Amino acid sequence: MLRYANPKRFMDLSGPALPWLGAAAAIFLGAGLYLGFAAPPDYQQGDTVKIMFVHVPAAWVAMMTYGLMAVSAAVGLIYRHPLADVAAKAAAPLGAVFTALALITGSLWGKPMWGAWWVWDGRLTSFLILLLIYLGYIALWNAIEDETRAARATAILALVGAVNLPIIEFSVRWWTTLHQGESILRPGGPSISAVFLWPLFAMALGYTLLFFTLWIVRIRTEILERRARSLMLGLS
Amino acid sequence: MSGFFALDQYANFIWAAYGVSVLGIGVAIVLCARSYTRAKARLANLEKGNS
Repeated sequence: MLRYANPKRFMDLSGPALPWLGAAAAIFLGAGLYLGFAAPPDYQQGDTVKIMFVHVPAAWVAMMTYGLMAVSAAVGLIYRHPLADVAAKAAAPLGAVFTALALITGSLWGKPMWGAWWVWDGRLTSFLILLLIYLGYIALWNAIEDETRAARATAILALVGAVNLPIIEFSVRWWTTLHQGESILRPGGPSISAVFLWPLFAMALGYTLLFFTLWIVRIRTEILERRARSLMLGLS
Repeated sequence: MSGFFALDQYANFIWAAYGVSVLGIGVAIVLCARSYTRAKARLANLEKGNS
């Protein structure tokens, strides 16, 4: 599989796929927003349940992005695959944006529901750590000039930071927390009503497709920039 | 239409959450598209100069 994942082949395949991915993301986000605003108020949360439709997908994409970044970093570290390094580097800023959105929208839900913008509980704290790891990863890439050394150092950081993913996931089980437990992917099926589940699925799919669209754009940008840099070196 | 968007006493929090999401995603889209267009133009210029 790695044989086919070279930058030239990636550029050829990803170009035609981009408009379709972007359009699919827009359709699912549009459908999710419509269904979300059409949904009735929750019997406990009232209309603040609508914040869930932007908070949960952002949190899901933030964690998925880190998983993809860590896998790409591992592939880059083990196989010295240039596209894997580029993919990991391109994912980080997007992951940071979605993590920040999850934290801010969570805070905007927490104030009316818990009476506090922030609490130092397991889920929130581990999610804040995720943002700090993303920022540290981006800073480390920018601090090391040599691309090969930067890729190796950041890959190690990404792999060490991956320990935080199961902590985020299981924090609501391991510690007493204000954050509610799993309500969708749980034994016995989702515990939330279908009127909230459908808009949530549509938004989660829309966010995921949007992430892949932007990730591909960023990978293509990095490939073009590297080509330009090598041309510059050839000219000088 | 206004009934569709009518929200309870916490409307400010809900609109702020949607506003921040639209802003964050919008900025990400614009920055990604802008740096892609710039990288493409830069490479094209270099290739033109090289040929």
